[in-house]
Parts: sequence; C-alpha cells; structure tokens
Amino acid sequence: MSAPEKDIISPSGYRPVPDFFKILCQTASILTVLMLGWIIYEIIESAWPAIQKFGLDFITKSAWVPNRERFGVLPFIIGTLASSLLAILLAFPLGVAIAIFLSENFLSPAIRQTMRFVVEMLAAIPSVVYGLWGIFVIIPIVKAFGDWAVNSLGGFPLFSGPAYGNSLLTASVVLAIMILPTITAISRNALASVPKTLREGAYALGATRWEAIFSVILPTAAPGIVAATILGLGRAMGETMAVAMLIGNSSRLSWSILSPSGTLAGLLANQFGEAQGLQVNSLMYAALILIGITLVVNLLGEAVLRYTQKQTAGIR
Amino acid sequence: MDPIASHSLDFFDSDLSVNSKTVARSLTNRILSGICITLSLLTMVPLISIIFLLLEKGLPLLGVAIFTELPPAAGMTGGGFGNAIIGTLVMVGIGLAVSAPAGILSAIYINEYAPTSRLSQSVRLVAKLLTGIPSIICGVFAFAVVVMTTGSFSAYAGGMALAVLMLPTILLTAEQALLGVQSAYREAAYGLGATRFQTIARVVLPDAFPAIMTGVMLAVARAAGETAPLIFTALFSQFWAKSLNEPTASLSVLIYNFSTVPFPHQIAMAWTASLVLVAFVTLANIAAQTIFSRKN
Repeated sequence: MSAPEKDIISPSGYRPVPDFFKILCQTASILTVLMLGWIIYEIIESAWPAIQKFGLDFITKSAWVPNRERFGVLPFIIGTLASSLLAILLAFPLGVAIAIFLSENFLSPAIRQTMRFVVEMLAAIPSVVYGLWGIFVIIPIVKAFGDWAVNSLGGFPLFSGPAYGNSLLTASVVLAIMILPTITAISRNALASVPKTLREGAYALGATRWEAIFSVILPTAAPGIVAATILGLGRAMGETMAVAMLIGNSSRLSWSILSPSGTLAGLLANQFGEAQGLQVNSLMYAALILIGITLVVNLLGEAVLRYTQKQTAGIR
Repeated sequence: MDPIASHSLDFFDSDLSVNSKTVARSLTNRILSGICITLSLLTMVPLISIIFLLLEKGLPLLGVAIFTELPPAAGMTGGGFGNAIIGTLVMVGIGLAVSAPAGILSAIYINEYAPTSRLSQSVRLVAKLLTGIPSIICGVFAFAVVVMTTGSFSAYAGGMALAVLMLPTILLTAEQALLGVQSAYREAAYGLGATRFQTIARVVLPDAFPAIMTGVMLAVARAAGETAPLIFTALFSQFWAKSLNEPTASLSVLIYNFSTVPFPHQIAMAWTASLVLVAFVTLANIAAQTIFSRKN
C-alpha cells in the first residue's frame, strides 16, 4: 500500500499540516487592521513635543511664525471648514441635478451614458492638474467676479475687498468640481434604490414627473443624498494640491471669501519639505487634527449610508 | 352622484380654472426638467475646458526629448522630464509591490476563510476608513516612518506613501471580485475533494482575476496622479535617480513645482507633463474597465 497523497484528508479526519496559506492571509488582514492604528500612533508620537508645549492653545490661537516657534492653527481649521462648506454649497445642487438626470429618462440612454462618462473623467483627473487649470482659468474669472462684487456688494463682510485671485472662493469653486463625482455617484445610487412601485404609485395618482420627484423620490432617497453630501465634505476637507495652489495659503483670518485663506492640508503640503525641529512636531499636530476631522466626518457619512440602506431595504 | 365620480367628471369639464391649473402644472414640469438638464450639461464645461487647455498648451512641447531629457534649470529652455516619468513608474511600482499582496491576501481572508469573524468586520471598517483618509496623511505617515528614521527623502518613502493610499482600493475591489465568484464553483471544487487552498488557487482566484486586476489598475491610476503623498517623501530631483535611497522626481510634483514659477517655458512644460499624466491615468482607467467587461 502506498502512502496517501498530501492533500487527501487523513483517516483521523484532520489534515496533517497547518494551512499555511490561511495563516498568511490572516497575517495580511491583521496588518491591514493595525495600519490605521499605526498611522495614528506614528503621527501622535511625532506630534508629542508640540502637543506637550502648546496643548489646546494650538487649536485656539492664530499664529504661524516658525522662526519664533509660535504655532497655532485656528485660521487653517476655519479655512478648511469654510472652503469645504462653500464647495458643498456649490456642488450640492449640481450633484443632485446630475444624479436626477442620470436616474430619470429625460434624454436618450446614449446621452446619459456620455454624462456618466464625463463625471467619471472628472473623478480621474489628478488634483494637481485641477490646480494648474484653476490658476489659468478660475483665478481670472473669480478675480473679475470679485472686483464686481466688491464694488456692488462690498457692504457685506463676505464680499469686502480688495478682491484677490488666490482666494477662498477660487479654491471652493475648484473643490466643488472635484467633489462633484463623489456626490453624484452616491446620490445616484440612492435614487436608483428607490423602489419602482413608489414612483409608479405617484404617477398613478396623477402626479407629474417633478411632483413625483419632489414628493416621493427625493424624500425617500434623502438620507442617501445626505450621506453623499457628508462624504463629499470629507473629501473636500482632505483635498490638498489644488487647494494649496489656489487658496493663497494665508494665515490671516478674514470674513471675506474674496481674500486669501489657508487649509490644514495646504499647510502640510507647503511646509513639510523644509520644516525643522519644533515646526515638524507642530505640522504633525496639524495632521492629527486633520485626521480627526476627516475621520469624524467620514464615520458620520458611513453611518448615515448604512442607516439608509437598512431603511430602503425595509420598503421593498 | 357620488363625490368621487363627480370629481372625476370635473376633470373633463372645460372649466377654465381647472384647465389652466393643468397647464401650469405641466409648464412647471417642463421648466424643472429644463433646469435639471441645463445644470447637468453645465458639468461638461469644466471637463471640455480642461481637455482643451491640456491639448492647446501641452501639445507644442510634446516630443521625443520630453521623454528622454532632464528638466531644465530655472529660466532655461529645452529639456524634458524623463526622470520624472521613471520616478512615477518606480514609486507606483513600489507601492503596488507592497499593497497588492497585502490587499488581495486580506480580501481572500475576509471573503474565503472567515467572512463573519470579528477580524474580517474590522478589516472592512478599517479599509473604508482608510479610503476616507486624506492622501496627504499617507505622506505624513511615510515621512514619520521612513524619512525621519533614514534621515533622507527617498523613492522608498514615496512608494510607501502610495502603498498606504492604494491598499484600501485594492482590498475593497478584490473583496467585491471574490464575492462575484459563484458559490457553486467552490462547492464543486470541494465536492471533487479539493482542499481550501486548492479551491482558492485553482478555482476562485482564476475566476475573480479580471475583476481583481480592475481594482489594481484603478489603484494604479489614482496613485500615479497623486502629488500630496510624494511632495515631502520623495521630494524632487533634477537628475536621473541612481538609487531608490535618494530624492526622486515624479510627474505630479514636477507639475506642482513648475506651475508656480514665473518662467513661461517651465509653465509650458507643466502643461505637457499634465497632458502626459492625464493620458496615462485615462489609459489606466480604460484598461481597468476593459479588463472587467471582457469577463462579463
């Protein structure tokens, strides 16, 4: 009698060798889970001297003077929030309109397919190319708009002059285009998962297309669209290169959307290359704040999305 | 007459107020459709503008020299960005070499070995969270781990940052790919007496391979265009790289550096580099989609 081949299960019912491949896969999984913790640990460790020295003052003070070792990121936190909120304000109507356009049958499928392709292309263009394009196209447009706005609306603090080309508004306009694909894709999924019967019911009651959209389809898809907006916000907050190239990177606080501002991500991009000593620790601290903000926003978006999927599953 | 019937009869009355109400509703409907279509078509404007400018400003410098020569010094003309193209390819390659095995093996574990275990749940959550982390944080991490310990900017550091960036994309798409393999295949393999490993290696992976490659190509496309993770890990270099242990040029950082200088030739070169980069990213995306559609 010859010995059984290796892969055949032994008479006792157990394989003679441990499953090395399983162990390998399991190790990879454990490493992946540890990755996030490792990232946060490394950044906290490198930020530690700055955390000890500045504490919470780092968040509430606005000073960034590397040669005097005075660091505070309040203007950059406000700039991050302001630029991404303004971007959402611009991108939300557009994104939802495209999502409706893609899920309704206004025009032929060929045109809708083209539209989908356009949105996917927008997602594929690198951030730095958006920055270069913004310098040549958006800055002159925003500058012209800004000069007009200062003359006619200068009374409002939001539009007080002088108007700059490198401004919060410029960065937000480009950010809005960049997050459009995120908002569109998730909103479209939410609209597509509205049960067909609801729409048919609305039509049967005599609703026009838009009466059905506003009174039945959008309310049903609302949580999904909210999730799309939150995840878009998360993306806008972390976006780096285009913003760093367009926003002017100023640490001065201003009410005007026409004046230069700065974001946490832009600060990191600009200063890490040449930073020394305590400045490196302070930048790590700023990175930690950025991770904190984006993690909270993304967790919230994921939670809303998960809740939505449960809700729509209930309707079916 | 009962109220419902009389109401429905009203509809056919030639009563002017009812009729004008219907007209108004239909008009509102059309106007809203018009607004929606206009807003959607408006999105094409930025894309067309970007593509037009890329071709208009990028094409004049496009030639063989661009791919074979070194970047010109400040204010000088001529030259190319051969070292940046190689740098980008090398760093994406390093990122891929680290993230592809880790991502695909994790995906196999969470889908084939223990789909419902606590470890698998956490892998899924962490991967989702990693996709949401700003790309510049990957750079900060690689700076802390590689640059601060070795004391120099390097291609390793850049590749490491890109690996962190690519890992969640590869993992999540590979998981979807494995989910798409019919369970009947696995059962048939087990029924023929195959072990777990044989089933995965000979049946599941070959079937899921095109979809996994799609995810890998998408990750490559994204990583190639990223600037933020490289800007202070690989930095930049005017010269051909001699080793992976020194500052390395990349296309995206070259665009960033050259777009903010006051020299027209450098700016023109930034546009050409953008054109090359967008072409590469688009090709990678198209490749990703054709691989996938061939399977279906």
